[in-house]
Amino acid sequence: MANRGEIAARVMRTAHDLGIGTVAVYSDPDADAPFVRLADEAVRLPGAAPSETYLRGDLVIAAARATGADAVHPGYGFLSENAGFARDCAAAGLTFVGPTPEAIASMGSKLEAKALMESAGVPVLPGATVGPKSDLGALAAEIGYPVLVKAAFGGGGRGMRVVHTPAELGAAVDGARREAASAFGDGTVFLERFVVDPRHVEVQILGDTHGEVVSLFERECSIQRRYQKIVEEAPSPAVDPALRAELGAAAVAAGKAIGYTGAGTVEFVMDQRGEFFFLEVNTRLQVEHPVTELVTGLDLVALQLRVAEGEPLPASVTRAALDGHAIEVRLYAEDVPAGFLPATGTLHRVRIPELPGVRVDSGVADGSVVGPHYDPMLAKVIAQGRTRAEAARTLARALQQAQLHGVTTNRDLLVAILREEEFLAGRTDTGYLTRHAELVSGKWCSGTTSHARALAAALAAQAADRASARVLGGLPSGWRNVGGLPQRRSYEGFDVSYAFRRDGFTASVNGEPLEVRVLAASATDVDLEVGGVRRHYAVHAVADTTFVDGPDGSVALVEVPRFADPDAVAHAGSLLAPMPGGVVRVLAAEGDAVTAGQPLVVLEAMKMEHTVTAPVDGTVAEVRVAQGDQVETRQVLAVVE
Amino acid sequence: MTVLTSLLDTSAEAYAHNRAAQLEVIAQLDEQLQLAVAGGGERYTQRHRERGKLTVRERLELLLDPDSPFLELSPLAAWGTEFTVGASVLTGIGAVSGVECVVIGHDPTVRGGAMNPYSLRKTLRALEIARINRLPVINLVESGGADLPTQADLFVPAGRIFHELTELSSLAIPTVALVFGNSTAGGAYVPGMCDYAVLVDQRAKVFLGGPPLVKMATGEESDDESLGGAEMHSRVSGLSDYFAADEQDAIRLGRRILSRINWHKLGPDPARDPVPPRYDPEEILGILPPDPKVPFDPREVLARTVDGSDFDEYKPLYGTSLVTGWASIHGYPVGVLANHRGVLFSEEAKKASEFILLANQTDTPLVFLQNTTGYMVGKDYEQGGIIKDGAKMINAVTNSRVPHLTINMASSFGAGNYGMSGRAYDPRLMFAWPGAKLAVMGAAQLAGVMSIVGRASAASQGRPFDEEGDAARTRAIEQQIEAESHAFYVTGKLYDDGVVDPRDTRTVLGLSLSAVHSQTVAGRRGFGVFRM
Repeated sequence: MANRGEIAARVMRTAHDLGIGTVAVYSDPDADAPFVRLADEAVRLPGAAPSETYLRGDLVIAAARATGADAVHPGYGFLSENAGFARDCAAAGLTFVGPTPEAIASMGSKLEAKALMESAGVPVLPGATVGPKSDLGALAAEIGYPVLVKAAFGGGGRGMRVVHTPAELGAAVDGARREAASAFGDGTVFLERFVVDPRHVEVQILGDTHGEVVSLFERECSIQRRYQKIVEEAPSPAVDPALRAELGAAAVAAGKAIGYTGAGTVEFVMDQRGEFFFLEVNTRLQVEHPVTELVTGLDLVALQLRVAEGEPLPASVTRAALDGHAIEVRLYAEDVPAGFLPATGTLHRVRIPELPGVRVDSGVADGSVVGPHYDPMLAKVIAQGRTRAEAARTLARALQQAQLHGVTTNRDLLVAILREEEFLAGRTDTGYLTRHAELVSGKWCSGTTSHARALAAALAAQAADRASARVLGGLPSGWRNVGGLPQRRSYEGFDVSYAFRRDGFTASVNGEPLEVRVLAASATDVDLEVGGVRRHYAVHAVADTTFVDGPDGSVALVEVPRFADPDAVAHAGSLLAPMPGGVVRVLAAEGDAVTAGQPLVVLEAMKMEHTVTAPVDGTVAEVRVAQGDQVETRQVLAVVE
Repeated sequence: MTVLTSLLDTSAEAYAHNRAAQLEVIAQLDEQLQLAVAGGGERYTQRHRERGKLTVRERLELLLDPDSPFLELSPLAAWGTEFTVGASVLTGIGAVSGVECVVIGHDPTVRGGAMNPYSLRKTLRALEIARINRLPVINLVESGGADLPTQADLFVPAGRIFHELTELSSLAIPTVALVFGNSTAGGAYVPGMCDYAVLVDQRAKVFLGGPPLVKMATGEESDDESLGGAEMHSRVSGLSDYFAADEQDAIRLGRRILSRINWHKLGPDPARDPVPPRYDPEEILGILPPDPKVPFDPREVLARTVDGSDFDEYKPLYGTSLVTGWASIHGYPVGVLANHRGVLFSEEAKKASEFILLANQTDTPLVFLQNTTGYMVGKDYEQGGIIKDGAKMINAVTNSRVPHLTINMASSFGAGNYGMSGRAYDPRLMFAWPGAKLAVMGAAQLAGVMSIVGRASAASQGRPFDEEGDAARTRAIEQQIEAESHAFYVTGKLYDDGVVDPRDTRTVLGLSLSAVHSQTVAGRRGFGVFRM
């Protein structure tokens, strides 16, 4: 299994069901990962970076040799679309579970792939490279407006422009040329039809070694953040049976054009009228394959293995039909309101309830450490329902009830999407999250019961204190025979005070009294009636963080210690690392005069650069890090006085 | 299990009547306790806060383990005197870093925390409790020293504070001083005599003589910081072991000190998971008649106090005016002696003596629930040897070595007070319910006796007896004795360790039992149990 995380575990489960033994390869940070334990045998890939480990085809093949494995499943990502690796496997006498190296290679270049598909009759986005003597107006007219002008040899959106009318065209092309030349050293630009509010629709195909290629229907994955899918479903709410047939035919044609074997995905971009254009073929199992599995009842990994063994596709595949609706969400370790910043840490507890119709493909377990080395996806949660609404509802409930302790996740965003009107109406496109910034900013989060959750945390801590007290533990909590001030516990953002008295329990949070009855309070379970509504809260305290999960939401509360350790108090003017990562650049030296907002240190984590700037005008009193250092969250980087 | 069956009818009129009367008495108690809590009052508290300081109660709450209970001692000290209720000092027993300690905190809002004769008695009693029960002491120091106008009653006995502190140290009972402010002249010996001293930066002032006195004595110009600041004592004199950045830091350091004293209680641990009584302690209020002359069955109180209402009565058919038996409270085994019908006869005295001997044999702490009018008088009883039998009981109480805890439920008169382990018999802790009376005898009886003696004296001298004057005198005496028998007056004089709400009895006893188990719990050995 040349992969890690949830997909490694998912593939191994099916392999085991089929009586096939498995071998994991694992990097050093993954030494304790669940997929390693699940495997029959495991081989270490020394190091952490993908380039040292999961991308090292030679080491994977050596691991296969060392264990006597006869096939390699590449999962997705890493080596899965590496034609060279597929060839090396073949050369080593290993079966590569996937298409032929030729098929992979033919889809590796986007331009070549597009040309190949066009010739196979698959609709492609009209476009043309602008030559020095091109008639821009004619080119654009042929392509159809709006037209996207972009660098031919580059990416990342630089130099891109959308042109709606012929009048804007000349200036846009000139501008794009200049930017492309400066950014990529080549000023060649390319024109392409620009699809407004596109949907991302893809078709699952499966081919066997006997020349059969079938479509297992479409998936829609329009809801994306930073060009990565987070909500995927099958079937697409925008596709009717006629359109489905068209999409399927196009995808099968694409597959046949490259002699496709195994599981693959033909991706299309689709406009609001249902016109679709080929984007690319993913020559591997997709992250979102479970939604197809749930609506077809098929096990795509089992089918991949059967195809790899040379079997023809069974009737269950050739006659597959859609049953109900399935939605998958990708649960990421990330801070959504902070701009989807990757989050790291120890997952003290992961519990995702497998409600009826819910499937959890997880790569983590209690105690898993989410590091900065790999994709921060923790798990995929998939729900199937008779209808799309039912699937969305069940999935939202499972997510809401999940206990995810220790690492910030995008759970709240996912729940919010699944309950949002436009989503439920099926009006999804790739601009969905841009349009629904309120979901991203976290403002949808209701704060009405946050006080009750803080109180639940305090009461659980109280119960834990009493239960573990060396002396006087059996006596009434916080008892006083004279007066007595309320007990206080502070969490970041919440100052809780409470008192058990003969004439009842009183509590207030941030100075606001709470009308509350305590029905039960143990170290792990608190039952509160607030404003006439009774709710049960599960409480889990790990060091200074308390996780509270209730029907009204989940929260991680960081306790503010009763006493500040004078040595631990950060010096005023200290600059703290906002996230763990490596120091890429240090832009100031001790003694430098700096102005507020001036960049001082640049960190990189998860390929994201984060600049730490001077909070005030002043002098750099201390620089505590150097280029190349690894830093932890809240570590002091520098001090400005 | 021998579970007590309560015969209390909570729907009876008497119950409602008793309860109403007790609630009124408790309301009076709460009112007085509020005075103690108020300390120097709003104005001085405000001024104290404006200086960026915590009140003594805030210091205490920060010091104690979160959510742990605290038993404040003698909160009504100096009640009925010219001094502020509470006597400008707060004392009590609570847990700090898992160690039960005696906390003694000056209340700087009351005349700068200055010590008057009642503050002294309260402080000395707290130190005594620490010594006999082996409880570490934490002093929260901020006191202007002696209340000078009362120095005549103060200066000589106050030396005992330093004696007690260093004696505690000699007994390996740790003492800690957290100095938040003034600790000058004699007060400087508090940090001086403690095992550990923590001084707060810019706040602590620990010197024998301040700048004016130094100027007077030697002509030297000086300032507070160089004479006694935290910085100086931490770096130069070495009096301060820990330099605290602020008040919170001092309390944090105090808690750290306690966490490192490697403390082990010497008494046995309580049984795990004791069951609460089967009856609601709240109902105790309906048991207690407002008229102390009306007896009540202490088993009804025990049914609402001891674990599982489980009580094995000893000699239930003999000497029935005193109830004796075995039970446990918050998991600690106890022997209970509780007055039933006030008077102690020879049988009760002998039963009590035997029971106390038995408790000493089994190292079982004793709880005395007082409601006694004293030993029986009269020809038959004197001839029957009531003095000898009473002496047996007082002998047994005196020489008993197991911890005694005493609660005056309603009345404690005459030698009954002694026999039932009153203050002079060194109960480890002693409390009273707010309606309880304590005196040599009842006010009416005392006044009546005085009248009879006066009449007899007049008759023997052959002078006419002034009936009118006698009636007025009798009334006045009765009023005076009534007032002096009052629980608030008694506790104000430090003759007990506090007046407690009867409904808190189980909690007070549980906390007290836990505290006394810091010390070895062992009975007197040497003789067998005398069958009397």
